[in-house]
Amino acid sequence: MARSNSLLYLDGVSVSFDGFKALNELSLTIAPGEMRAIIGPNGAGKTTMMDVITGKTRPDSGEVYFNGTVDLTGEDEASIAELGIGRKFQKPTVFESHTVLDNLELALKAPRGPFATLFHVIAQSEKKRLDYLLDLIRLGPKRGELAANLSHGQKQWLEIGMLLAQDPKLLLVDEPAAGMTDAETAETAELLKDIANDHSVVVVEHDMVFVRSLGVKVTVLHEGSVLAEGSLDHVSADERVVEVYLGR
Amino acid sequence: MMSSFLFRAMDTRAGIFLALMAAVIILVPAGNLLVPEGSPFHVPTYAVTLMGKYLTYALLALAVDLVWGYCGILSLGHAAFFALGGYAMGMYLMRQIGTRGVYGDPILPDFMVFLNWKELPWYWYGFDMFWFAALMVVLVPGLLAFVFGWFAFRSRVTGVYLSIITQALTYALLLAFFRNDMGFGGNNGLTDFKDILGFDIQADTTRAGLFAASGLALVLCFLLCRAITRSKLGKVLVAVRDAESRTRFLGYRVEHYKLFVWTLSAMMAGIAGALYVPQVGIINPGEFAPANSIEVVIWVAVGGRGTLVGAVLGAVLVNFAKTWFTAALPDIWLFALGGLFVVVTLFLPKGIVGTLSQGWSALRQRKVSADYEAGSDEPPAPPQSPSAPAKIHPKPAASRLPADAEAQPAE
Ligand SMILES: Nc1ncnc2c1ncn2[C@@H]1O[C@H](COP(=O)(O)OP(=O)(O)O)[C@@H](O)[C@H]1O
Ligand SMILES: [Mg+2]
Repeated sequence: MARSNSLLYLDGVSVSFDGFKALNELSLTIAPGEMRAIIGPNGAGKTTMMDVITGKTRPDSGEVYFNGTVDLTGEDEASIAELGIGRKFQKPTVFESHTVLDNLELALKAPRGPFATLFHVIAQSEKKRLDYLLDLIRLGPKRGELAANLSHGQKQWLEIGMLLAQDPKLLLVDEPAAGMTDAETAETAELLKDIANDHSVVVVEHDMVFVRSLGVKVTVLHEGSVLAEGSLDHVSADERVVEVYLGR
Repeated sequence: MMSSFLFRAMDTRAGIFLALMAAVIILVPAGNLLVPEGSPFHVPTYAVTLMGKYLTYALLALAVDLVWGYCGILSLGHAAFFALGGYAMGMYLMRQIGTRGVYGDPILPDFMVFLNWKELPWYWYGFDMFWFAALMVVLVPGLLAFVFGWFAFRSRVTGVYLSIITQALTYALLLAFFRNDMGFGGNNGLTDFKDILGFDIQADTTRAGLFAASGLALVLCFLLCRAITRSKLGKVLVAVRDAESRTRFLGYRVEHYKLFVWTLSAMMAGIAGALYVPQVGIINPGEFAPANSIEVVIWVAVGGRGTLVGAVLGAVLVNFAKTWFTAALPDIWLFALGGLFVVVTLFLPKGIVGTLSQGWSALRQRKVSADYEAGSDEPPAPPQSPSAPAKIHPKPAASRLPADAEAQPAE
């Protein structure tokens, strides 16, 4: 697909840490409205790819474009978030000394400047949205609880809720089911499918049952570049994929 | 918008603090001026001045707590802003001396005559006017903090590195102000003040007035800090303190937030210094000493980092102890201070106020649970849940309701 009608466009992206190539000429395109699953063994560069997209890591070479026109390599974390790219981290990171509700309120799409927040008074529409999100992530009864007191799975969900509160165009979700029970994992897959109805989503996950239940196009990363791409059945049939990943 | 901003500052805890401060601001000067000497309720003038000094320290502690307790910026250089505010006030007081100095020069302060200077340096212009000096009291520390913060926060200097460069900042100023040719009185600093706004600086009434002004400044800054920390901006600050990079990924420009509180905090420290100088009667480069800034951090840690009342309480308590110790056991004070810091860090990591309020909510929580078990059909509120939804906790009195309505459910 051409850069001009893509939502996210990576071309020949390389990143190295002390000579070690975490990303090696990685090229990847996400279409508007698409949901994509990314799989690959540990150390394949999945998280590093997200770091590059969100401005945490600068690529040594290569192009990263959002919406076909915005060069992300020239922007910092805050402006990339403002452009409409939200991220859920591999290790759930919520604001532990804030309540569940405050975590969501901080994420809620609203002006981000210090003076805007200083004089901010919560609007009725914002309260409605918060209630909706709390319901969605099933933390309604926990709204007043400090985020520190949530279980691991609840933190994952809260972070997904925060991601939605930002109302981004593109969601990058890094290992959302890590540390979850099977039931929670299944629920999370349902939630992500719901979200994918009106958002573009890139989800990294190890759990094959989870990836299968998403039923979307899969990209296999290995040693910092794309090894195979297609439906899960298609990539599972690829011998090289079986060798590096599935067959181990 | 403005009213809801200020309204946010008020709740029971703030109310208690304000009532207490009002009593102190009225009773201490009254006990000095109105109660005759010899009465057990008479407050001697030296005590008024001493307590006035504590109040300025409390304001300095408040400033440090705003950046450290709420935004995680451990400043080890706030004494620099305090001293700069003090020097600005000292320059005004020097110019008020006029011909009453030893050399009787109507314009030049004594130390300049002594150095054979023929005219006033340009940066002393305007300090004969109180309004100008008052403006400089906040502008000079504010501007220095802004420039320092602009570079430091933009290049993402954090943690120990930031603390170290704040120490370097105050140390550099210490060395600079020691130099005679800086034009700030060198080693001796500025002293021998005669009057302020036309009032004799030694008079009991002036001392009482300075005390009340210090109390008032503390109250106003307390309310401002409270309105800030309870706003959405305050929540962003705590988010920065706890997970700085996460806050960035939400789209907040962390450096702007830091710059905002940092500059504001430096201005508050400047005001504290300006109120300190006329009460102690001298400002010299010693106020820039790196150890001074570290002491402020200890006050805040003892009182309770991240609680505004704690910062005030810590400053007053530790300085009260210092006054007592340095008179009774002068050799031991530094060891006692160090020991206090270690004890607080190990056993009271939340400080006095933090520990008390934690114990208080735990106690209340237990009571609510007991009520529940005793047969009430309402489930207990979870601990520390200011915003429990009414549909789950129909008895809102059981949970702590914030002054602002923002945590209420929308139904
Ligand atoms: N900041 C860093 N410094 C050094 N090496 C790193 C850094 N981040 C990632 N790496 C290395 O890059 C490789 C890819 O890591 P990562 O993107 O986290 O893999 P994945 O998420 O696919 O498991 C790993 O070998 C990891 O050790
Ligand atoms: Mg990873």
